[in-house]
Amino acid sequence: MPHRTFLAFILPSIVAMLLFIATPIMSIAVQSLYIEHDKILVMSETCQPLGGCVKETRVDAEATAKIRHDHPLGKFNGFGIYTDHNHLAFADIGKIVTSNLGFNETAARIYDLPFYRALVFTLTYALTVTPLAMCLGFVIALAVNAVPKLLKGPVIFFSLLPMVVTPLIGSLVVYWMINADGILGAAIQLITHNPDLSLKASPTMTWVTLICYGIWTNAPFSFVVFYSGLQTVPSDTLESAMIDGASRLQRVRFVVIPTLLPLAVFVTLVQLMDNFRVLEPIIGFNAAANATSLSYSIFIALNNQSAQLFSSAAATSVLTIAGVLILMTPVLMKTAREFGFRT
Amino acid sequence: MSTIANRRPLSLAITSTAFVLVWLALAAFPYIWTVWGSFKVEADFFSRETWQNALFGIKTIQQTGEPFTGSGYYGAWIESQFWRSVINTAIVATCVTTISLTLGTLGGYALSRTAYRYKFWILIIALVFRAMPDITLVSGYLLPFFQLNIWGYLPTAIIVLVALNQPFTLWMLYSFFVNIPKELDESALVDGCSRFQAFRLAVMPVMWPGVITTGLFSFLLGYNDFAVTSMLLTQENQTMIPKISSFLFKIQAEGHVMYAVAAVVSATAPLFVLIMFFQRQLVAGLTAGAVKG
Repeated sequence: MPHRTFLAFILPSIVAMLLFIATPIMSIAVQSLYIEHDKILVMSETCQPLGGCVKETRVDAEATAKIRHDHPLGKFNGFGIYTDHNHLAFADIGKIVTSNLGFNETAARIYDLPFYRALVFTLTYALTVTPLAMCLGFVIALAVNAVPKLLKGPVIFFSLLPMVVTPLIGSLVVYWMINADGILGAAIQLITHNPDLSLKASPTMTWVTLICYGIWTNAPFSFVVFYSGLQTVPSDTLESAMIDGASRLQRVRFVVIPTLLPLAVFVTLVQLMDNFRVLEPIIGFNAAANATSLSYSIFIALNNQSAQLFSSAAATSVLTIAGVLILMTPVLMKTAREFGFRT
Repeated sequence: MSTIANRRPLSLAITSTAFVLVWLALAAFPYIWTVWGSFKVEADFFSRETWQNALFGIKTIQQTGEPFTGSGYYGAWIESQFWRSVINTAIVATCVTTISLTLGTLGGYALSRTAYRYKFWILIIALVFRAMPDITLVSGYLLPFFQLNIWGYLPTAIIVLVALNQPFTLWMLYSFFVNIPKELDESALVDGCSRFQAFRLAVMPVMWPGVITTGLFSFLLGYNDFAVTSMLLTQENQTMIPKISSFLFKIQAEGHVMYAVAAVVSATAPLFVLIMFFQRQLVAGLTAGAVKG
């Protein structure tokens, strides 16, 4: 296909992506270098005939609005916002590390910094949910493959539900059940005879709940992919393994898993990308007190009641994108290799 | 494959059936329970005393005289004006699907029929774009949109969602078109068609399975989106998902949690239907990307 025809076909798509994906990325990169204007203060002295003079500082609303209107980006701040307390917090880290507190205390202090709190949870979530959900999905696929045909249809139907339903709704549905007044929450309290045991009881409980929820929504994807993969496992190889005396477990270990490995790589990458952006479950489970993620920090900065913190959101976004790119490097290299680039 | 050698021992058959049933319960029960509970009053669905209340609707009978009540739905749809968001969602999801598919089929077809190197770069860049968390991009939209005065309108959200959906659509349709034999449109070209005519007359008639599958995922994206629509739309233009999240806290304070439960069930019901009719296409779509690995 000649260049011109190609361009004509693909142009709308490229323009859409450049305008609404590439441009915003640049826009946040620029925005993160600026910081909101300070309020303009004016000093005024009011003198009353008998009370003497009082000096008063007040915000000059008009001038503040004007400078905000004229320079919507704010004032240039360089990398100041990246290094401040709410982001990478170099100064705080320096103080913590130099004060020689022992490993646990140092870790705890660093975890108290808002950005690192979010980063630690995001990474923990992505790195535990992805492999566990994949294992569960694989086991379900193996089991479904072994049950009577009659059962397969309903299983696939209901398995798709947790995946297709948006995370906010899914997490609300689960949240209402494990709520202290909900069926599961009440049952757990009854079984353990502990009326205080609940999702919000401790950070650990919140984390466990969120991760379990994550596994629940992510497993169906692996299940469906692996289940279709299982249908393509060559029966000749399976049979020859059987003749060689391989047990069922050995057949899974040495024939099925190697065949499905490329699929597993694909699933890992897709799910890692998706889990890294975890946002809705934290809102649905109302869990922000004990667990925040990078996406959630951005969401909160943009939803700030008094003033939207664009620069803070932008800086966190840039850091998040950097994180995504680091996670993605192996995929990119692999894709590039497949397409025949020398890397 | 039903030879004796392949027959499974009884114990294995029982374990796997049991496991599948447990998973089935895990996957389905929360939804079934919520659908059932949405027709009860709050004292039943969130009953501290016993779960049997929710099952038999004891409080519901006391309060309304019947074992099932639609009061949650009435409160959500009419009082909280959930119907407005339903209409908005219908508009957004339909437009996102149609526009994404139009742009995506053209682009995906072009990518599948070119041999130049820039094809790889476009696909790789699309992959990177696909990985960008939506919310990071949203923080880049807000300020420019305020400046341009286009913030808050449905068309803005639709265009943004279409753009965010393009990388995925391109990849998916590219992999479908690659499997449609080149000879098909090449013979049309030989017969004197232009490229676009070849696409329209020779390729379009055979591309529908791929397009339907991709369309399903585009629809889900528009339907399920939270990050973009919650930040880019005004209160009255909100779609279902952000609407639920925004009235959740207000409603809880007023003691109308059942409104939210009813709204959640209303938002899930279309997905039930969707899965029922398009189960095969959904599965095909999920695996289409995977097989390419």
